[in-house]
Amino acid sequence: MPEARRASGQADLACLCRDAALRWGRGVRRTAGLMIGQPDYDAYVAHATATHPDQPPLDKVAFFRLHEQRRFGAGSGGFRCC
Amino acid sequence: MGKLSTPIIFGAIAVLGAVSLAIIALHQGESISAVWMVVAAVCTYAIAYRFYARYLAGKVMQLNPARLTPAVRRNDGLDYVPTPRNVLFGHHFAAIAGAGPLVGPVLAAQMGYLPGVLWILVGAVLAGAVQDMMVLFMSTRRDGKSLGDMIRTEMGNIPGVIAQVGVLMIMVIILAVLALVVVKALAESPWGTFTVAATIPIAIFMGLYTRFLRPGRVGEVSVIGVVLLILAIIGGGHVAADPVWGPAFTLTGPTLAILMMAYGFIASVIPVWLLLAPRDYLSTFLKIGAILALAIGILIVRPHLQMPAITPFIDGTGPVFAGALFPFLFITIACGAVSGFHALISSGTTPKLLENENQIPLIGYGAMLCESFVAVMALIAATVLDPAVYFAMNSPAAIIGTDAASAAAAVAQWGFHITPGELEQLARDVGEHSILSRAGGAPTLAVGMAHILSNVIGGKAMMAFWYHFAILFEALFILTTVDAGTRVCRFMIQDLLGVAVPKMRETKSWGANVVATALTVALWGYFLYTGVIDPLGGINSLWPLFGIANQMLAAVALILGTVVLFKMKRERFAWVAIVPTVWLLVCTLTAGFQKLFHPDIRIGFLSHARKYQEALGAGDLLAPAKTAGDMHRIIVNDYVNSALTAGFLFVVLTMVVYGVLACLKAWRNNRPTVREYPEAHDLTPGDEAADIARA
Repeated sequence: MPEARRASGQADLACLCRDAALRWGRGVRRTAGLMIGQPDYDAYVAHATATHPDQPPLDKVAFFRLHEQRRFGAGSGGFRCC
Repeated sequence: MGKLSTPIIFGAIAVLGAVSLAIIALHQGESISAVWMVVAAVCTYAIAYRFYARYLAGKVMQLNPARLTPAVRRNDGLDYVPTPRNVLFGHHFAAIAGAGPLVGPVLAAQMGYLPGVLWILVGAVLAGAVQDMMVLFMSTRRDGKSLGDMIRTEMGNIPGVIAQVGVLMIMVIILAVLALVVVKALAESPWGTFTVAATIPIAIFMGLYTRFLRPGRVGEVSVIGVVLLILAIIGGGHVAADPVWGPAFTLTGPTLAILMMAYGFIASVIPVWLLLAPRDYLSTFLKIGAILALAIGILIVRPHLQMPAITPFIDGTGPVFAGALFPFLFITIACGAVSGFHALISSGTTPKLLENENQIPLIGYGAMLCESFVAVMALIAATVLDPAVYFAMNSPAAIIGTDAASAAAAVAQWGFHITPGELEQLARDVGEHSILSRAGGAPTLAVGMAHILSNVIGGKAMMAFWYHFAILFEALFILTTVDAGTRVCRFMIQDLLGVAVPKMRETKSWGANVVATALTVALWGYFLYTGVIDPLGGINSLWPLFGIANQMLAAVALILGTVVLFKMKRERFAWVAIVPTVWLLVCTLTAGFQKLFHPDIRIGFLSHARKYQEALGAGDLLAPAKTAGDMHRIIVNDYVNSALTAGFLFVVLTMVVYGVLACLKAWRNNRPTVREYPEAHDLTPGDEAADIARA
């Protein structure tokens, strides 16, 4: 059944391409977020639930606000290059 | 891909790079394609990254992939987060890429493209990237400590405090110079002024949007912001042509300087979410987009370099900045070859996000190579312009006069020919009243970018759009640096004043906030204002001061690197840090000394002051002074600049002394004395906290 095999091969290829595109898109999104001082929220939630299952993690908005403050707050944040 | 293919591939890259370098170095006569410069640069980077960065990682630093990085050890999901290396690379590159590598090479183009490109390549490979990588390495091994903290723990408290004061002085001069670049780009340009002013309401709208309408949706709000920015660029053309609004947005340099100070003060006092953060999104994404666009544009258009390889101005008589090739070329191109400011970034957030030590070469060394490539592109953008246009744009009015005819006559004397009509036509093409004496780098880069990008999209009709796009992109991220830098300086000043008045330390206190911010703005505002009213354009004297400061910070970071290698008992490899340190010291000390004592009044602050003093004694007035009070102010300004230069020299010389002493002490000791966070198997259980406290 060469046709069927070809069809399934094409489907596999489409899946591969889609996965690669999704992965790439996630990477670009994460990079763009980190460039403006917003680290990955999903990574934080994964970490928080794994290490502190007893405490609820920060919600998305609180996480965003926290990093917004930190980027320009006292300490090492806020350095921009010339 | 066997063992054989690597030498063959890299051998071929080396040959190609050498051929390209030979072509751009030995070429004479007609123009030459910029592609040769791109190829030479890329081959140089590939060889350096494959061999030198690997040598640094393996032999010098002995990076250990099994050793836990702070991100892994202290993973809290917030500050310390192990991050995929490509993501971290993007973050680090966005943090180190600024206006510096765009402006410096444009100014240095007055000596021809060859000296500039050679210094950008050699400097980045042997000094800049080494510095970034070493600081990242040291900070990673020390729990992500800042440069100042590392100097304190490895070299002592006194050098730590001296370095801290040095960083503050450098920040002030950087903010002043960058603000000056924006003022020079916007003065008498209603189109540019309108678009840059429009970013303020756009950013405030974005801030309110992420605060109240759709909290935290930075992606969509950034898209909205970029669309509004493009509308602002298009609208700016209509505003400039309007009989009422055009003149309203046509502002002089001094007015813009005062507006900048007021803006800088307000922006850093109000809550960050309202103006600073949203503006940061726009500037970051626009910066990355514009850099990519320029790279693609250069590859598609493959423009020809019009500037000679070397001009007669290497002797120091050039109109753009004063001073001979040595040492001033190496000061003028700071970022792009080696930038001390990167040491603050490489010891900031990046080490807290690093997944594994074996990624230090990619992040530390690799990102700097990309920054260096940005500098090469800026040099290309400046040198694809007709040299006559370049010199008409970058020479002060005091030298070329104020109209197209006098400018064309002046550049003809230097051997570059253009008709006054052509100069006026170019100004019309880019939508400006005049392109004469627009020093500061930004307008020249913008004309160069418009020249390249309009060849890709839109042709001549779009040239004005691309010009103002480039101006907006530079002004936007410079202003973000100015706002954020003002805040950083404010915290530093609060910290320093807190020693005497503990109340000043309270970062939440409104009184302390306003006082420290006002002080910061007054400091950089002073240098900005004196630069704006300087008849030679300000950039002439301030940019070298900035270069000296930045290179000195790099020297300080590399001295720390040397000390750390000695303390690790790896002194036989310390030359990797010592060689660039010595070169930077030679350049900055010579340049600093010349800025103080050079008999030419265009270079030496003290001889300039003396000339004005003598004129004042004889009852004469020298331009731009109109009264005896102006004369006094100019003299005071010269002494302030001299004091600042002397301050930089003092900082770097004391750091050298402390560095040598620390190296000798470590050398005499027969055991490593470095204060790294220990390897995991060296720790006794439960002892981690004590070790952090000790380190």
